[in-house]
Amino acid sequence: MYSPEAENIIVVKDLVKKFGSFVANDRLSFEVKKGEIFGFLGANGAGKTTAIKILCGLSYPNSGELTVGGFDIYKEREKIKKNIGYMSQRFSLYDDLTVFENIRFYAGIYGLRRRVIEERASALMEKLAMKESRNMLIRDIPLGWKQKLAFSVAIIHHPKIVFLDEPTGGVDPITRRQFWDMIFEASRNGITVFVTTHYMDEAEYCDRVSIMVDGKISALNTPENLKKQYDAESMNDVFLKLARTKVN
Amino acid sequence: MKRFLGFVVKEFYHIFRDYRTLLILFGMPAVQLLLFGYVITNEIKDARIAILDQSKDEVTRKISEKVLSSGYFLLDKNLNSSKEIEQVFRNGNVKLVLIFGADFSKNLDKTGKAKVQIIGDASDPNTANMLVNYIQGILSNYLISLNAEKAPMQITPEVRMMYNGQMKGVYMFVPGLMAMLLMLISALMTSLSITREKELGTMELLLVSPLKPIQIIIGKVFPYVFLAFLDACIIIILGNTVFGVPVVGSVALLLLESLLFICMALSLGILISTTTSSQQIAMMLSLVALMLPTILLSGFIFPVENMPLILQWLCYFMPPKYFITIIKSIMLQGNGFRYIVFETGILVGFTLLFILLSVKKFKVRLS
Repeated sequence: MYSPEAENIIVVKDLVKKFGSFVANDRLSFEVKKGEIFGFLGANGAGKTTAIKILCGLSYPNSGELTVGGFDIYKEREKIKKNIGYMSQRFSLYDDLTVFENIRFYAGIYGLRRRVIEERASALMEKLAMKESRNMLIRDIPLGWKQKLAFSVAIIHHPKIVFLDEPTGGVDPITRRQFWDMIFEASRNGITVFVTTHYMDEAEYCDRVSIMVDGKISALNTPENLKKQYDAESMNDVFLKLARTKVN
Repeated sequence: MKRFLGFVVKEFYHIFRDYRTLLILFGMPAVQLLLFGYVITNEIKDARIAILDQSKDEVTRKISEKVLSSGYFLLDKNLNSSKEIEQVFRNGNVKLVLIFGADFSKNLDKTGKAKVQIIGDASDPNTANMLVNYIQGILSNYLISLNAEKAPMQITPEVRMMYNGQMKGVYMFVPGLMAMLLMLISALMTSLSITREKELGTMELLLVSPLKPIQIIIGKVFPYVFLAFLDACIIIILGNTVFGVPVVGSVALLLLESLLFICMALSLGILISTTTSSQQIAMMLSLVALMLPTILLSGFIFPVENMPLILQWLCYFMPPKYFITIIKSIMLQGNGFRYIVFETGILVGFTLLFILLSVKKFKVRLS
């Protein structure tokens, strides 16, 4: 839930990331409030993945002040790591491990105790209706399951923030809708969700969205306000209008 | 520590669920050793030859008998004319033709000179060379025995081959194979398993997690230390039981040095995986950049001393060269540690260098 009074959980100020002469992130500044679902939108190559990787500690920015969960990304990386979860667009699970072994492995590297892992794994498989598949190899389960499992594994250690990098790529609309139900549930449980996507219909589900065009943030507001501001029917229209102004 | 253990357990699952990896890990050492041991041999046994005896006297018969009873040669055919020579070579079942000139013993008695011609099939130069040498040896032995009756003075060399009395080829292959297989398993397998995580995208998840990069690397590498070490033992045991290659020196020292070499190869594997993110490239790099030099430039098959100077210099940068020297020194000569301090030092140096480079590369990638 977005509320302007909530505390900032992510603060980004003048983030710049260059690859040679190419500027992937050009002085980005934004705040994410605790408990909201923050949509990070943009066309392919607009710089979304670059930014999310910096926030997760997978790469360093060239300049800018950033805090995640109240910790400085330069000095307090280890503390950040314990408080975030991450799911990439590839639903990265190990093909040759079973459903349960994947859960146990990822929970294990976050230092959860054996008993806690057992409890959470059972609850998880119950919720996903995958109890019978506990001992199936990941390579044998359908893509939609894999996606849900990858998300569940990303939040198995109950992080403060979860970063989702295009989590709905390549799955059908129904599965996408079900997946968003899982995101809403995580949000209700107090996890801040930072999600990148290029599906504009998904933007409607977010509490606030920022739209990136060519490495810069060109708009940031709630979906309702954005539609009003750009006099648009849907987020898709908002996006097209923004992209067009840029071309003109 | 518990996180780390979970990580190692996961690695073992990967290895044991992939039958191809297992096959490479445990099938290859045995198969390679048996192949090298039995197939590639420098010894000649029962080579088929033809004899064209144009004088058919007592002396030529004696020489022929000596040749055929040496155990190296089998008579395929007695030829009647020199026209047949070409034909028997073309048929391919004869490797060498021995020709005695006419009036052999008469000439030998009168002038002290008799002619014998040896024709080898040099489409296989190594074998031809060896066969010709054997025949020459038999001939000169015969000559000495003839002279012994006449001249009182002669020099009889007494040859003794140290450390490998029967000149067995396996003695050479076991150390070479150990270097090659440990290199392959350690460097290739680790570089593959690390690049696989990159390809799958799971590496990102690991880096986002509280695991430290060093824990990830050691976790990935540790199972292979164990498995490569097991392989080293398999090769030593097989070499000993099947081919009778002894371990004259200290077994413990041999195993310790193997462990050092494994660590060196693993750090090289890590270095390869930091330079590439695709399994295919890692495989090509490991095979081309590691296997060929290990076989060709390490003194495994071809002696370093006989190479052109530039290649000799190149050989000094090949870690397996030092390892092969070490194993030979311990296994065959029974030397203690003080004879291999230099080689050990170099291997330690290589290991540190590779680790340093990997760490540097890893940091560059992250920023």
